[in-house]
Formats: sequence, C-alpha cells, structure tokens
Amino acid sequence: MSTEEHPIQIPNSTARPLELTDDFSPGETNFIKVDNFKFFYGKKEALHGINLEIPSRRVISFIGPSGCGKSTLLRNFNRMNELIPGVRHEGDITIHGTSIFDPSVEVIALRRRIGMVFQKSNPFPMSIYENIVYPLRIAGQGDRSVHDETVERCLCSAALWDEVKDRLHDSALGLSGGQMQRLCIARAIASSPEILLMDEPCSALDPIATAKVEELIIELKKDFTIVIVTHNMQQASRVSELTAFFYLGNLVEFDETRKIFTNPSKLQTEEYITGRFG
Amino acid sequence: MKPKPLHFFSSPKGETSFFRLLRNRFLTGLCIALSLLTLVPLISIVILVIRNGLPLLSMNLFSQLPPAPGLEGGGFGNAIMGTLVMVGISLLLAVPLGVFSAVYINEYAPVSPVSSAVRFVAKLLTGIPSIICGVFAFAAVVMTSHHFSAIAGGVALAILILPIILLTTEQALMGVSSAYREASFGVGATAFQTIWRIVLPDAMPAIMTGVMLAVSRAAGETAPVLFTALFSQNWITSVLEPTASLSVLIYNFASLPYAYHIKLAWSASLVLVTVVTMTNILAQLIFSPKHR
Repeated sequence: MSTEEHPIQIPNSTARPLELTDDFSPGETNFIKVDNFKFFYGKKEALHGINLEIPSRRVISFIGPSGCGKSTLLRNFNRMNELIPGVRHEGDITIHGTSIFDPSVEVIALRRRIGMVFQKSNPFPMSIYENIVYPLRIAGQGDRSVHDETVERCLCSAALWDEVKDRLHDSALGLSGGQMQRLCIARAIASSPEILLMDEPCSALDPIATAKVEELIIELKKDFTIVIVTHNMQQASRVSELTAFFYLGNLVEFDETRKIFTNPSKLQTEEYITGRFG
Repeated sequence: MKPKPLHFFSSPKGETSFFRLLRNRFLTGLCIALSLLTLVPLISIVILVIRNGLPLLSMNLFSQLPPAPGLEGGGFGNAIMGTLVMVGISLLLAVPLGVFSAVYINEYAPVSPVSSAVRFVAKLLTGIPSIICGVFAFAAVVMTSHHFSAIAGGVALAILILPIILLTTEQALMGVSSAYREASFGVGATAFQTIWRIVLPDAMPAIMTGVMLAVSRAAGETAPVLFTALFSQNWITSVLEPTASLSVLIYNFASLPYAYHIKLAWSASLVLVTVVTMTNILAQLIFSPKHR
C-alpha cells in the first residue's frame, strides 16, 4: 500500500501546537459505523446488537465493568477476534463506508490500516529498530532508507526518539515498561494506519509512564482516530472527547465525555462512573 | 541433668520436640543417601567405559578400518562415519516432518481432530520399542529395495526420533508468548509471516535442544540399525549399501572371541558415550534460554 492512497497525513517528527480537530468534514462523522452488531463466543452472546458511529480524528473511550464487551467490540474493528476459534458475528461494521467483513477485504490489509496497542506491552524479542521495521518487512518493503525514515518518524511520534536514538539496535526488551508501551505505539503507527485501537494501554504502567502515554494519545489524535478501552475513569475524561459506556454486552450511553462524566442521561452510567458498581 | 528452662518458645505442655527434630534429620539423611545411591550405576558405567576404553584410544581408531577377526591393529573410522551418515539421514527426514507437523498442530489447528490424532500418535510412538522401528524399516525399505543400506538405517532412526522432535517442537512453540503472535497479527502479518519471522525464531533454542537430544538418542541406538544398515568392514561409499555404525560395532565385536576386538568395542563405547554426552551438554549450553 503506497502512502499516496492515504487521506491522512503521516505524523511529522516536529511537535505541532495542539489544536482541536473541529474541522473534520461532516462525511466523516460516521467514520466507523457499527450497525446492529452481535458477537458470539461459541454459544455465548457477548455483544447484543451494538449501534455506534465514531467520527474520525477523535479519541473515543470505551468504559464499563469487566466482561461488558468493550474489548470484544474493539477487537472486532481489526478482526482480531477471528483468531479465536468458534466465534461468529451478526450485523456489520463499516469503516469509510466499506464493510470490514466484505469478502473483498483482506484482513491483513485491514490490520495494516488499523494499528493496535495491547494491554501488556508486547515488543518482539528483537532490536528497537527491527520492531518498528517489522510491519514494513511483512508488507514487502525492504528499502533501507524507508526503514530509517520510518523508524525516526514513528519514534518521534511516540515521543521515544530522544530516549532511544543512541541504542536503536539494542534489544527492545531492555526498555522500561513505559518505553516498551510507547515502542508498541510506534510500531502500531509504522504501517501508517488511520485508526489506532488501544486495549487498556496504561493498565500495566506506573503513573508517570501513564501520563506520558496519555500525552501521546492527545498528540496522536491529530492524525489518527483513536479508540481506547480503559478502566480508568480519570484517563477517559483526560484523553477522550467521546465516551461510550458498555454494560453486559449493551451500549448503554454514547456521548461527549464531558456530558457522560457530569450529566449522564442514564442511571446505570451515573452509578458506574460514581463507583456504585463495577 | 537440669530440666529444660521454660521460656517463650517452649511448647505449652512443656514437652520437647526432640523426636520431631530427630525424625526430620533422619528423613533428610535418607533422601541424601538415596540420591547419592542413584549416582552409583551412572558413575560406575562411566568409570568402566573409561578404564576399558582408554588404553586403546588413539587417532588411529578414528581413521582406520576394523581388523579382520583374529588380527590386531586398526580402528573403527568407518563405524563413526556410518553413524554420522545415518544420523544425518534421520535428521533430514525427521526434522522437517516433525517441525512442520508441530507448527501445524500448534499454530494452525490446535483443536482439530487431525491435530489430536497427530499428537496422540506421536505420544504413542515415543513408547514404541526401538526394535520395532528397525523391524518396520526392514519391512518397508530393506525388503522392497532388497538391500541393507544406510538409507534403511536412517529411516528406522527417523521413525524413532520423529516423535521426540515433534513433541519438543510443540512444547517449544507453546512456550512462545501469545502476545508476540497478537502483536504480529495486529500489524497485518499473515499466519505464515508470524510463524516464520516471530514464532520460530523465538522457539529455535528450544527446538534445537530437542533436535540435539534426538541426535544423541539416534547415535546411541543399536536395534533400529542392527538389521537395516547391518554392518560393513569397509568405508561407506554409498548410502545404498550396508553400513557400519558404532552401536552395531560394539554389539558385534563384544561377542567375538578375540581380545583385540573386545578392546575395540570398549573404545567404541567410550567414543559413543563421549559423543552422546557432549551432544547433550552442548544442547543445554548453547541453546539454553538466553537471559532476557
């Protein structure tokens, strides 16, 4: 996939002033559209007909108690759930107006357009450099200068360049937990995706590393649509503009984060965010 | 004798824990003694083999052919060569088969009926007596080709080590963190790319350990090569002819009534034990999990 096809600009290494992306075109308000989506692990129905429209270049939080289906939905956006045997779905998810389940969609191409960051940082047991180059290599990109450029660009975007530029060829497993997670973010954006999925990206990090990753998320939303699953209410309110509250496989409420946390319209939402259950 | 003073640590009834402590000491001693006892057969084998095998040991043993019955001088270079060739053939057959099967049953279809069948059969095969592998290779290769050959010996050894390689590879693959697989799939890798670039390299040390163990097993076995490769007094010139091996040489020469041949058998034992032990130790040294 060449970069020309990308409607979204690749993040630049120089830091740009923070600006809220209120200028997205109306056509992109339903960038990701979830349409009466049901998901089954074997016989167990984990999602009961979810309807959701996610605009582009925003940070969207999925919150809710464990087992509510938020991670399940997240992992359907790049069809990672298909790796589990015995799963099936009903309904549809479209991105840019194309169904991700359309037979013409190659799942490997889909996953290149949708980066994913996991709960536990999982850099490969290779050098920092090779970790970031991996998405390029598997796509057949063998050009050394492209590699070099991508490594610098992605590490800068992930706010990691200054910390590791002198040891790019050292093992990634020698990094600290927070650095590893930022390396995983750098790797996730190496294939120039449009969407970043984050599955509790900070749950294994200390507060300082968490703050860095959160800063990074806010920085990255200029270029990516970010969907983040989190158990941390403060985090949801800090980084996201929109929040979806899930409970028992249902989408209870989806609204602006400010409204969810100050004046939720559903009782369940209020009880959850005030800590009465969950 | 003064009565023991009562203090904070005394038991409430004032009784001593003398017998409890005594029993503890006794059982500890017993465990130490029994574990030392297990060393006796192992060490005596080594001592015996070294004492009997060392006198004749020289470079000639590795470079010369065995003497005709009744004569002296010479060595067993052809048997070493034959063992190497047959172990090599068995690896050529068993490593690809074992590793690819393990990749299939662990990576592609962990819960399919085919995988369960392969896993079950592999576990059964580990328990099959090595002589049966020999009989099978005799029927399948020797009978059909009408020749005893290194190929037949290699096939018999391959059947013997296939389950070892398959099962250790499966274990090695299971040891690879699923987070790596997720990460690789997450950036759009295919199953093949994930296995080839991430999973196999990470599992390689453990797989190689399994292969080395298989090598030492194959090098030491007599029964599978006894009536498939038979034996030969000469250097191996083709894999289609009867071939000497260290283990069969030991078996043959040890039962001859000539003192020199019996000494040769001892030396061959020493060489075999050394090679097998070194392979084992090497496997554990070189391929021990890298400290991360």
